Amino acid sequence: MLLTQNKPIEEVLESLGAEKNIFLLACNGCAEVCETGGEKGLSEMKAELEKAGKTITGRLNVDFLCNKVLVATRLAREMNKIEAADSILVLTCGIGVQAVSKIVNKVVHPSANTISVGGMQGLWASDERCEACGDCALDYTGGICPITFCAKSLLNGACGGTHDGKCEVDSEKECGWQLIYERLEKMGRLDNLKKFHKARDHSKMYPSKEIREKTFYDIEK
Amino acid sequence: MKLTELFKEGKFVITCEVGPPKGIEVQKLIDELEPLRSKIDAFNVTDLQSSVLRAGSMATCRLLKDKDFEPIMQLTCRDRNRLSLQSDILSAAVLGIENLLCLTGDHPQLGDHPDAMPVFDLDSVQLLSTARGLVNGKDMAGNDLEGQPPQFALGATVNPGADPLQPQIIKMEKKIEAGAQFFQTQAVYEVDKFANFCEKVGHLNVPVMAGIVLLKSPGMAKFMNANVAGVNVPDAIIDELAGAGKEGRVEKSIEISARLIKGLKDSCQGIHIMALGWEKHVPAILEMAGL
Repeated sequence: MLLTQNKPIEEVLESLGAEKNIFLLACNGCAEVCETGGEKGLSEMKAELEKAGKTITGRLNVDFLCNKVLVATRLAREMNKIEAADSILVLTCGIGVQAVSKIVNKVVHPSANTISVGGMQGLWASDERCEACGDCALDYTGGICPITFCAKSLLNGACGGTHDGKCEVDSEKECGWQLIYERLEKMGRLDNLKKFHKARDHSKMYPSKEIREKTFYDIEK
Repeated sequence: MKLTELFKEGKFVITCEVGPPKGIEVQKLIDELEPLRSKIDAFNVTDLQSSVLRAGSMATCRLLKDKDFEPIMQLTCRDRNRLSLQSDILSAAVLGIENLLCLTGDHPQLGDHPDAMPVFDLDSVQLLSTARGLVNGKDMAGNDLEGQPPQFALGATVNPGADPLQPQIIKMEKKIEAGAQFFQTQAVYEVDKFANFCEKVGHLNVPVMAGIVLLKSPGMAKFMNANVAGVNVPDAIIDELAGAGKEGRVEKSIEISARLIKGLKDSCQGIHIMALGWEKHVPAILEMAGL
């Protein structure tokens, strides 16, 4: 199961910035168990955002946000409400956030950090997409993960080795930061690139005692 | 002496890259640098360039210092985590090294130990910020250093030929904010494109040194065009080199580099020469370029 933990609400509000109209999309799979998603996560987030003066244009709970086809089908019915929103706040793991950003031409924000992808996952899950770094940066990178898409997991932009949009390690592989640049340009969010990301806190990768006790962290339990 | 002091004096700064040996025989390197003594302000010493195992930058920098050459220590994030990087920065200061070029570094897969673990605990921007923190007396964890903090001129790199150029400039700005005080660029062969770049970053008020890579053969130029990011050797230059034949190649290469330097020098604050083993020809290039 994927383990997620809510980002502090201050961080979520900072990332939403001036965006007023928000569509809430939660996962009813692993995130429901962690209470970052599911009905509980959705209601709590809705209350927090409304308290902060945001308008919720719509809310949706989808069983597995990591199932791209399922997500596309479910979102199709909600397009009006999504169109009315400035952005989508996605209450799930890093894989679900990337699935949504791939489908919808809207800014997506993660509400949680992914801490573990261990054990059984949904249908589009593997650490080639989410390494469970515990400090989700998808918010600033247009829903494309710099940890898994960049061969060096760089946080502050492409290295000197990017060539014709490809990675220095493999000329068949896209440069993650080139993809991020193109995506942010399309979304009118190039300013995101100016943010200085400080060095990763690797201790965030390890689930806390609390989360280990609250969930079936491993199969033996 | 710190490079920043030379820029402050208004000097047009000339640096040259040297690679430590694959082994411990350093005399050859010292001998090769001797003819450049009065012409080069400082020597970049590479840190396992292209991820190929060699002797270290720090020891070689100290060796250069002992011989009265000014070294610039190149430091990459490829092989060290933040503890090791910070310790090496302090150690460099202990050894009297005053110039530090902070780089992300090539991926190990490009070199002769492709099975090595890529570290990249920090990236170049974070490394600059860390080095500046140490200069200000604090480590990354916020702890105070004891006594006098290390003092460095902090350098970084930028690729003026990158396409698209905008993310390159954004990252350059981030590097400056993090602590970069001068820039050395990727190889430049297009004078107009470089002038355009310099115009775009002129407002940043940080010295830029244009990178010159000596072209040893038409094949090398074609290889760079195909494989090195943001480097474009125009066909005219490749034809010129090919036309000179094998015998005339060295002379032609010197001529091309000198001409490039002449064309570039008015838009920038210095030149960084990467001679790749042709160090002995550098004095002739500088003379022909009028430097």
